[in-house]
Amino acid sequence: MKVLILGGTSPIARLLAIKFASIGAHLYIASRDEAEGDRIAHDINVRSGVPAIAGKFDASDFASHAELIERATKELGGLDGIVLCFGTLGDEDKAQVDATEALATIHQNFTGAVSILTIAAHRLEAQGTGFIIVIGSVAGDRGRKRNYVYGSAKGALHLFVQGLRARLSKTKVHVLTVILGTVDTRMTWGREGTLFTVPPERAADLIFEAWRKKRDVVYVPSFWRPIMAVVRAIPERIFKHASF
Amino acid sequence: MPASKRIALSGWGHYPICESDVFRPEKFAELAAVVSANSHKLIARGAGRAYGDAALNADSRVVDLQRLNRMLDFDAETGILHAEAGVTLDEIIRVFLPRGFFPAVVPGTRYVTLGGSVAADIHGKSHHRESSLGTQVLWFDLMLASGEVRRCSREENGDLFWATVGGMGLTGVILELALRLRRVESAYIKGEIIRVANVDEAIENFERTDQQYGCSAAWIDCISSGGSLGRSVLHVGDFASRDALPANLRLEPLHAKEKTSPPVPFNLPNFALNSLSMRAFNIGYYAIHRNRNDSVTPYDVFFFPLDSIHNWNRIYGKRGFVQYQCVWPLEESRAGLIETLEAISGSGRASFLAVLKKFGAQEGMLSFPMPGYTLALDFPVTDGLLEFLDRLDEMVLKRGGRVYLAKDARMRPDTFRAMYPKLNEWRAAKAQADPNNHFSSTLSRRLQMDPA
Repeated sequence: MKVLILGGTSPIARLLAIKFASIGAHLYIASRDEAEGDRIAHDINVRSGVPAIAGKFDASDFASHAELIERATKELGGLDGIVLCFGTLGDEDKAQVDATEALATIHQNFTGAVSILTIAAHRLEAQGTGFIIVIGSVAGDRGRKRNYVYGSAKGALHLFVQGLRARLSKTKVHVLTVILGTVDTRMTWGREGTLFTVPPERAADLIFEAWRKKRDVVYVPSFWRPIMAVVRAIPERIFKHASF
Repeated sequence: MPASKRIALSGWGHYPICESDVFRPEKFAELAAVVSANSHKLIARGAGRAYGDAALNADSRVVDLQRLNRMLDFDAETGILHAEAGVTLDEIIRVFLPRGFFPAVVPGTRYVTLGGSVAADIHGKSHHRESSLGTQVLWFDLMLASGEVRRCSREENGDLFWATVGGMGLTGVILELALRLRRVESAYIKGEIIRVANVDEAIENFERTDQQYGCSAAWIDCISSGGSLGRSVLHVGDFASRDALPANLRLEPLHAKEKTSPPVPFNLPNFALNSLSMRAFNIGYYAIHRNRNDSVTPYDVFFFPLDSIHNWNRIYGKRGFVQYQCVWPLEESRAGLIETLEAISGSGRASFLAVLKKFGAQEGMLSFPMPGYTLALDFPVTDGLLEFLDRLDEMVLKRGGRVYLAKDARMRPDTFRAMYPKLNEWRAAKAQADPNNHFSSTLSRRLQMDPA
């Protein structure tokens, strides 16, 4: 199996890559910080013995995306799956007053994903099999005062992937949307008011399990599903005054 | 600059506890930003398995390296692993034991990081033959306060190498290193279990088995007194060759079944570990062991007996505990051991677990071991303990011995100075590498280690 990991330097991406390596997958680790991606590729290779290659990928450099898919496919000798892990909170305070920052956050989380997924889906659809895993966020389930720029990008991503899944439903391409809760990584480290945080190892285990079971949409961990159902059910005239 | 988190940290002994601003970089560039920031004092922290205050920095900064744990290269010809400082021995054993490799030096727990292990220059049951971990390290990269990275080995920056091995993290942040692993044919230790009646028999048996076996340690009962003072159970052995295993283990010689017990779910009440329960444990431990000259033990039971009980430190309750590990020079070991054991049983204090071990040759400026015998003890933090340990310090010092920094939480600076004769040499190397004392910890300030 040949798998391309996009945004491969986050802890969850790395742990997912190790999971795929454990079942013998060959990996292409694509990330903005190439030196860091290289360390992770070496780590996977030393631990699992499977080939792992690192390469440069910038979500907001749309023009480079087609070439990246080409290169990864060529170097891996095929392409069976894509795991989309990139995304960034950005500077939310700045993004709320500075349109350039807001758009950068949207590109890093949404438009960059639209670009690369469109190219990759085209290839997978043509070969008729494969999988796409997209890491979304509970922040995308409702716009909140605290992180609505990031949240809106993730929410849009969920809708895009939902449509993509419907389009690919006639093929054997499996599309998994992961709606991720708070995980104990640099995104949440030292942030006040972060609740229900789980270790990245647990998140990766659950995502891998959902992929094995060919699930469509999964909350990780699953307790976020009822929590977000409640959050979505709160009437807007009350919710808009909520402090979080 | 990555975000920090204010955390009340402690070592494995839960004593002392102090608040620090903790950074936990996930990328190399984030670590560099934390280290070179012109800010408060900094100390690196690994898995938090030092017992006392070595990886604490009260009201200052701590950088947790556990997320920088990539294995970068392995050469199966030479057994040399190149890995980042956050990799634990547990990970190394999981990855490499099935391929027939094992770290030549392991402490009593597998859950320590490489960086912390080098900083404490850890030792294990193989010390009399292999010395401490430093001998297995070919080189490491050290990040200085400026962000500059210096490669250190015996040949290159030799002084900084020996000041960092055992230097408690005070010369800089160890980023990555090359460690030699040893080849093993099985995951089992073949050897002997020897029950001995007292101190003299214990020493006699260490001396007798010293040449024969590469690994040895004794559990020592520190409750018995009189003619049974120092009665012990010695465990000695070596990694078994495949052919030496019983037939049922020969099929998969490198895969030992792991033994785990239920974890300790929370801090037990302080009274759970009292003189009565400790006495019962010590009598029971001695009673269940029989002499054997052909024991075959899975490696984890032999090397890491306590790891099978997760969070075993919680048995001491919220008050926490102090580990006390000392070593005496060979010629003073017998007298020192008797004196210390008598002081313990006379004080009415008991150590739940006590381990006796013989050390061999040792290098390094602040490394703990010296040729002689070492005794490791656990004491719950109770009234009068600190005064009692000061008394033990005096007894150890008078015989030319010393106390282990990775376990210490309470020693006095004058005692420390007298115990570590190469301190000035270390200070000179530290002053050169870290002229502004950017790297400092609760331990280094308590012991006044930093050069003026």
